Amino acid sequence: MGDGILNETFPEIREAVRRLCARFPGEYWRKLDRERAYPSEFVAALTEAGFLSVLIPEEYGGSGLGLEAACAVLEEIHRSGSNGGACHAQMYTMGTLLKHGSEEQKRHYLPKIASGELRLQAFGVTEPGAGTDTTRISTFARREGDDYVVNGQKIWISRAEHSDLMVLLCRTTPREECAKPSDGMSVLLVDMREAVGNGLTIRPVRTMLNHATTELFFDDLRVPASALIGEEGKGFRYILSGMNAERILIASECIGDGRFFIDRAAAYAKDRSVFGRAIGENQGVQFPIARAYVQLSAAAEMVTKAARMFDAGETAGTEANMAKMLASEASWAAADMCIQTHGGFGFAEEYDIERKFRETRLYQVAPISTNLILSHVATHVLDLPKSF
Amino acid sequence: MKILVPVKRVIDYNVKPRVKADGSGVDLANVKMSMNPFDEIAVEEAIRIKEAGKAEEIIAVSIGPAKAQETLRTALAMGADRAILVETDDEVEPLAVAKILKAVAEEEQPGLIMLGKQAIDDDSNQTGQMLAALMGRPQGTFANTVEVEGDSVTVKREVDGGLQTVKLTLPAIVTTDLRLNEPRYASLPNIMKAKKKPLDTKSPAHFGVDTAPRLTTTNVSEPPVRQAGEKVEDVDALVAKIKALGIA
Ligand SMILES: Cc1cc2nc3c(=O)[nH]c(=O)nc-3n(C[C@H](O)[C@H](O)[C@H](O)COP(=O)(O)OP(=O)(O)OC[C@H]3O[C@@H](n4cnc5c(N)ncnc54)[C@H](O)[C@@H]3O)c2cc1C
Repeated sequence: MGDGILNETFPEIREAVRRLCARFPGEYWRKLDRERAYPSEFVAALTEAGFLSVLIPEEYGGSGLGLEAACAVLEEIHRSGSNGGACHAQMYTMGTLLKHGSEEQKRHYLPKIASGELRLQAFGVTEPGAGTDTTRISTFARREGDDYVVNGQKIWISRAEHSDLMVLLCRTTPREECAKPSDGMSVLLVDMREAVGNGLTIRPVRTMLNHATTELFFDDLRVPASALIGEEGKGFRYILSGMNAERILIASECIGDGRFFIDRAAAYAKDRSVFGRAIGENQGVQFPIARAYVQLSAAAEMVTKAARMFDAGETAGTEANMAKMLASEASWAAADMCIQTHGGFGFAEEYDIERKFRETRLYQVAPISTNLILSHVATHVLDLPKSF
Repeated sequence: MKILVPVKRVIDYNVKPRVKADGSGVDLANVKMSMNPFDEIAVEEAIRIKEAGKAEEIIAVSIGPAKAQETLRTALAMGADRAILVETDDEVEPLAVAKILKAVAEEEQPGLIMLGKQAIDDDSNQTGQMLAALMGRPQGTFANTVEVEGDSVTVKREVDGGLQTVKLTLPAIVTTDLRLNEPRYASLPNIMKAKKKPLDTKSPAHFGVDTAPRLTTTNVSEPPVRQAGEKVEDVDALVAKIKALGIA
């Protein structure tokens, strides 16, 4: 059996996730996709079964497992044809709080995040005027007595309408007044339940995939100073460490997508008969499937390596980036191959392939685009001159 | 009350079995194995009875190779309290399984023994019935619903053409049918807890049971390939076709 099910890591976890996902078949996702609706039942089932609190330490009510286990969960979700995009942030956004929050903040929030009573699904970094150049963000939190007063705008903030809390990156010192451009930014844990309608407006952005992404407008939003995580001005560094976890987890979703496409293509190639024989008997059909498998297997090794390094306490920044790039390209190649293998049927909604095709395309752009990864490798690993 | 749930490790229901070239059996090398689906239904039912406050402890038992520990861990992750592996690498026929289960039951004294109606590998559909006969206890096979009340259990049985209701005095043997329930998937905390639950390993010899086979398999072959059917336009064409074939 070539699909690795026999010597897979975390077999019990994967099996349980597969069982859970079997209750959310293609038609469930197709309906949501048509309506651009949020998979509330799916997210509730994952929450209840404890799969979103994998990374939260046991003392705060989670399972205290590592990133590699979390990757297994997301990979299986995606391999099954489901999509973890609606809730993967509940797994890792809390990392900023866990690593840099005060003991009081952790005791207050983490157990409720672990149980799902509090949804921490929103992570607000990107701005229309800054793009990938995060140091150029202009959303500003001005200290006024016991409060911060926030003004500005964010874009592409996913799940904001389905989250109780948001980890928000904003400036607390203007860029020009800082020694380094990456100084002067801070992280606030915003309570969305109080903020919406009181200075925070959320506007959904329709996209080519069902991702519940939004624009946020801050207009004198008051956030208590107690919502500050860690020290003022150090927010960028706090966010960066969380981004490595995010990239590795997203990479595992790509691996799951890739396996979905390869599973489907291989099955279809054996089944579909044209010119009196299975299309899979033609090497012209077989080889692209095999190639996708080879490419995906290599990417999966990189994802596992990055996850294991992260779990061993290493920064794994470069590996996280490389894993995300390889995995997102491998899943996209597999998606393209899968459509081609299916011919016209690849375009029919009923087969779920066109949906997954749209979904997996995202990951070469978000949470970080390929060029920025290449730039990281060029300048940080290969010591080539900086271009920006 | 204790509930004893025997669980068997079988070829996964999603796997297409391949017959060995020499016709001696099914090739199990490098094949995914899982808990027999009917046994999963039995575990689920036992958990529901316990959750309803009508049982205190669920003991999962498997007779098979060391790898059957995985199957037992699955039962523990679903909610069984402890497990017993009767370890053997030999093929154990239903009669020997029933004898071992009888011996386990004598040690454990369960009020209910809940088995799958059959295992999807050999489809024997014998163990529960043999166990009931060996123990001299009542049996409710092919259960569609199970209701424990005081010292009895009421079982609605799936029989040809409908449901038959039987009331059995405990201790009793129940075998599960497909529609009894939908088994739960294990939650992550329970998967973690299952790793710490007790799992005892014993041998058939410990129970004094001779597992030597009584049957000889002479040949195993693939089922004949089904011929494609024919599509007809409408009911009239169908009737004409049936008449032409001389079926009606
Ligand atoms: C569906 C969706 C969900 C998202 N969810 C979130 C979220 O929850 N939270 C959040 O904060 N953000 C989110 N994002 C934002 C995402 O992280 C950004 O879109 C992404 O980082 C790219 O930034 P940008 O769109 O501003 O592109 P830009 O920065 O404008 O870049 C445009 C293109 O130019 C390239 N480019 C830019 N600069 C250079 C350079 N110097 N050299 C070479 N190439 C360059 C980029 O690689 C890219 O291909 C989401 C985006 C999408 C589409």
